Order: sequence, then C-alpha cells, then structure tokens
Amino acid sequence: MKNTDKKRVLREMLFARRFEERCYEAYVERNIGGFLHLYPGEEACAFGVLEAAQPGHDYVITSYRDHVHAIKAGSDPRHIMAELFARETGVSKGRGGSMHIFDVAHRFMGGYALVGGPFPLAAGIAKGIQMQGGNEICICFLGDAANNQGTFHESLNMAALWNLPVLYVCENNLYGIGTRIDRSTAVLDQYQRVSAYNIPSAQEDGQDFDLVHKAATKAVEHVRSGKGPYFLELMTYRYRGHSMSDSNAYRAKKEERMWSGRDPVIMLRDRLIDAGVLTLDEYTDMDTAVLDEIEDEVIRFATESPEPKVADVEKYVLAENDPWVRGGVQ
Amino acid sequence: MAEIMYWEAIMRAHDEEMANDPMVICMGEDIGVVGGTYKATSGLYDKYGEARVIDTPISENGYTGLGIGASFLGVRPIIEIMSVNFAWLAMDQIFNTAAKVRYMSGGQLTAPVVIRSPGGTAHQLGSQHSARMEKVFMGVAGLRVVTPSSPRQAYGLLKSAVRCNDPVFINEHELMYNMKGEVPGEEYFHPLEGSEIAREGRDVTLFGYNISVHWCLQAAEQLSKHHGIEAEVIDLYALSPLDRAGIRNSVSKTHRAVIVEEAEPAVGVGAEVMAIINEECFFELDAAPLRVSALNVPIPYNHALEKAALPNPGDVVAAVRGIFGV
Ligand SMILES: Cc1ncc(C[n+]2csc(CCOP(=O)(O)OP(=O)(O)O)c2C)c(N)n1
Ligand SMILES: [Mg+2]
Repeated sequence: MKNTDKKRVLREMLFARRFEERCYEAYVERNIGGFLHLYPGEEACAFGVLEAAQPGHDYVITSYRDHVHAIKAGSDPRHIMAELFARETGVSKGRGGSMHIFDVAHRFMGGYALVGGPFPLAAGIAKGIQMQGGNEICICFLGDAANNQGTFHESLNMAALWNLPVLYVCENNLYGIGTRIDRSTAVLDQYQRVSAYNIPSAQEDGQDFDLVHKAATKAVEHVRSGKGPYFLELMTYRYRGHSMSDSNAYRAKKEERMWSGRDPVIMLRDRLIDAGVLTLDEYTDMDTAVLDEIEDEVIRFATESPEPKVADVEKYVLAENDPWVRGGVQ
Repeated sequence: MAEIMYWEAIMRAHDEEMANDPMVICMGEDIGVVGGTYKATSGLYDKYGEARVIDTPISENGYTGLGIGASFLGVRPIIEIMSVNFAWLAMDQIFNTAAKVRYMSGGQLTAPVVIRSPGGTAHQLGSQHSARMEKVFMGVAGLRVVTPSSPRQAYGLLKSAVRCNDPVFINEHELMYNMKGEVPGEEYFHPLEGSEIAREGRDVTLFGYNISVHWCLQAAEQLSKHHGIEAEVIDLYALSPLDRAGIRNSVSKTHRAVIVEEAEPAVGVGAEVMAIINEECFFELDAAPLRVSALNVPIPYNHALEKAALPNPGDVVAAVRGIFGV
C-alpha cells in the first residue's frame, strides 16, 4: 500500500475517531437518544479490512456498533449523524437509530441489535451473490461474545457446506458488555473455534492498521477466489463503555492504559511520521480540519434536518400497493 | 378444474414459481432428496437441482436467517419449517429481522421470504409436536400471515406469497395435506388479504380458518338440518391483517358471531376477531360473541385426552344452540 493511501486512511480513521467522540457529546447534549455504542480504539479493524476489500461493491453487515463500518462502506457521515439525531434525512429515515444504520445504495446491509443475528444474514447475502454469479463478497463484522450464539455455529456450518463467499471478521475486544471473555468462553482464541467447520482462519493484532490490512488482503482474496468462507479474528479494545450507560467499572485501569498505549490512529500516524511522509504539524492541521468538518458539515446538517412527519409513523411496515396482496393484476 | 391434494397444490405452486423465476429457491429439512415430510416439494430436487432446492441442516434459526439474508439480494426463498413447533427456534430471525427490516431501514431493505409450516395438531403427536402458533405470528407488525383451508387456497396463497414483497408466513395443517379439492387448471393467485364466504347464512356467523373452517361447515349443516338455523361461515384465510370489512359485513347481517379456533383461547384469533367486532359493529349484535377454542393445556398424548383438549364441530353446534336457547 502506498504511503499516500495510508495518509488518506489516517485521515479517515481520525475522522471516524472524532465522529464517534462527537456522538458521545451529542448524546450528553441529548441530541442522540437510546442506546449508543461507540467504536474508538477499534478503528484499525474496520479500516484495515475494508481497505483490503471493495466498499460499495462488497456487502458489509454488522452489529449495533455500526457507524464507522457504514462510513467506510461509503455512507455520507452527515446522513449517519442525521440518523442518530432521528431526522428524516438520516440513512434509515430516522426509523432505525444508532443500532440500525442501513445504506443499501452503498451495500451497507445494516446494523443489527440482536447479538449474533447477522451471522446467518451474511451467509444468506453470500448465497445471493453466489446465485447472481458476481464476484462480490459479504463481510460480516461481529464481536467476540457473539460467537457464543447458536447462529455462529449454524452459519459457519452452512457457509462451509455451501462454499459461500463470506468473510467473518471477529472484533475481539475481550468483553461482551462487562463480562470478560475468559468468564464467558471456553476457548479464548476465537479463530480456533472455526476449525471445527474446516474454515480457514487467522488471528491478527487489531490495533495495527498495516497488519490488519495484510491479513485482510489474504482473507478477501481467499473468499473472492471462490474458496469459500474465511474467519479473521482481530485483537482489539474499546476505549469507552459498552454503551453510553456503561461506566467500564469492571475493567482495570492498568488494562485500559496498556491498550490506549497501542492506539490504532497514533500508531499509524507515528509510522507515517517515521517514514517521513507526515509531520506532526500536518497531523495537527488534519485533526483541526476533521473537527471543523464534523462541526460545520456533519453536525450542522443533522441539526438543521427535519424530523419525520408523525403522520408517517405507519409507513414502511409493509410494501406499499403490492399487487400480489390482491392476487395480482387481474 | 382438477381435484388434487393439498400437498400437490403446494408442490405445483412451488414448481410454477421456480420455473417462472430463477431466483425462487426452496429450503428446509428433508425437502430435497426426500421431497418433504408431507411431499410438498417432491420432484423439485431432480428438476431444479441442489442449489435451488436446498436440504438444510437442522438449524431453524440459521437457515431462516440465511433465507432472509438472501432475500435482501432479490432471492425469493420459500422456507419450509418441518413443523410449526420448530419455528419457535427461528423466532429471532422471523421477528427481529424479517418483520422489522423494512421499517428500521426506512424502506431500503425488505425480506420477501415465504415461510411455510404445518401448524395445528395431528393425532397423538404429543405436546411438542402439536403447537398452534398462528396467534404468535399474527401478533407482530411487519409480517403477513395466511392459512389455507383448501388445496385451492394452498396453491393460490403460496403463488401470491412468493411474488409479494413482504415476508409471509403460511400456516398449513398436518391433517390437511391429503385433503382433496378443486384447483383451477390455469395459473391462479389468491389474494393475501380479505376473507371468503364459505357458506352463506343469515342467523349467525361462524368464523373459522384453516381446519376450523371445516368444523364450522359441518356444524352449519347440523344446525340447518336439526335446528333450522342458517349459519354463515367466514373463512379467515388471512390472519394478518384480518379482514375488518368482511367481519363487519357478515356480523351486520347475522347479528351473532362464534369464532372457532384450534388454539388455546388467550390472545388468539377469537380474541382478536371479537375485538374487531366490538370496534366495528358492536351495536349490530343481538348476542354476545362467543369463541370455541382448545383448552388451555399442552396437547396430551392419550387419545381421549387429546380429543377433549381440542374443539370439534359438536362444540360449535352447542355454542350456537346456547345463543339461540334451543
Ligand atoms: C440476543 C441478544 N442478547 C443480549 C443482548 C445484549 N447485549 C448487547 S451487546 C452485548 C455484548 C456483545 O458483545 P460482543 O459480541 O463481544 O460485541 P461488542 O459489544 O464487544 O462489540 C450484549 C450481551 C443483545 N443485544 N442481543
Ligand atoms: Mg466484545
């Protein structure tokens, strides 16, 4: 990967970091309601993997921690923020919220709130790809704790059985809400669990963009070449609580410090500075520009957008004027 | 018109829809090589191959979710769940994904899947193979629920359900697969909403759906023969949405109503139809509406106990006689 590309990615990752931090503030300001799950600390996972894939061409599906994946898939951050602000201009027209970002035009197939729910949906999207005969793949990002759902096993089995073009990415941040992985899961290395289904897998440092990108390139190439599913485990950490209502009291401060010492944005920044393609001043300017963009473009758009009309509350429940409901056009 | 069996009607609908559109697939346990527990997919595997007629692992939630995911890309899966009792395991994907994805995506995604399954009780299959779950499905927004009482409906409802852009649950019946009935020779699409008048009458309306339509018809014959009471029988083939206008029209004519359901009474079709009668035409009533339901017990194995737990045409006759005091 060229350094100019890495510089672009650095800006994108920084944007994602600042976007999420701004969501936190907007929640405190009561512009965002409900459950809000933020991504800071884990950026190298989404960016490393999707940089190795073809966002907008490949399908992406994930959990409720979904804003950043959607942005990298090609969604306009203004429309994501508008969704969080529950506006009609939101990607899901204000009906979804933080956990249900959908942007089908960019093949971002949704954020889902049921832990483990997307496993079979991703396999199904892959089945659809297979039937259409295209070279897309489906990439499914889920957490470590999701692997204890039955859907994990059911989906891996079917994906392997039918050779489906799906890449499962496990963002292992060591916790499912407040339960540490060793207290919920008998096998700590998640990538080992999929060997039961003869699915090739790998584990990688999820804080290092370059390493993730390299591992993901191999994974994507495997799936795209028709060799069936692949499972990539990325070791990572979320800085904030599980959601806004979580204070992180269950985590040792030492552990938190250890991980923030391996910040994915800072690591990529320093690598580019060491390579002589970026200066600290440039980075500071980049950060200022990002913060301004978020304020002037993203927040402003969301704030100025209208809310959905209350009269439209029953829209989108069922298909409108579907002729087959009346038995077709007879 | 030809007389064919309920299972043949379902098989014919599959065959025509799969021939019509290469994106129509069917999937479920033992539906391919075996041809389906009730033969409803027999012959399709040889004709369309294993990529479109898919024998799934015993992973109800998994393969239902897989079908839903495929439907996001324009695939039209017909998912058979071998017995409705097993559909409990797929509730997560049916309710949390299929029923809600259109709404929560602001209309961007839709899950045009058909999920078909035999509901109802057969003979001595025991508690875990005798659930009646239509009430569970019809209680959730975003899902259509239909339930065929005849081969004609079984054929036409499946045809329309495959083409409709909404997720549709088809509640079939284990005891009806071998029932014979007339099905049009030419292609026929049954509406997914509305109701049918199965028998005209003026004195009382009997509301039935699926197998209970037949109990109502039997009861109506007895009432006519022995008591001079002419019952109208309304076939509620669409359980969600229910046909408010059809319910109102019939009750406004007969002024009396009995709802006959195979399931336990709580939160069921009877309760819902009664609520609609209250809302739509309360002042048309000459008598309080009644429901004839199963007892509130898990279905027993013992034949006599099983019979006692379920409603039958005699119960319907008794309810109507009670209304008229005859
Ligand atoms: C089926 C289901 N059970 C429980 C929950 C509540 N819940 C939400 S997130 C979560 C933890 C999931 O952890 P993980 O899969 O590791 O993802 P992470 O949040 O760490 O990214 C739980 C228990 C839920 N949303 N869905
Ligand atoms: Mg986790």
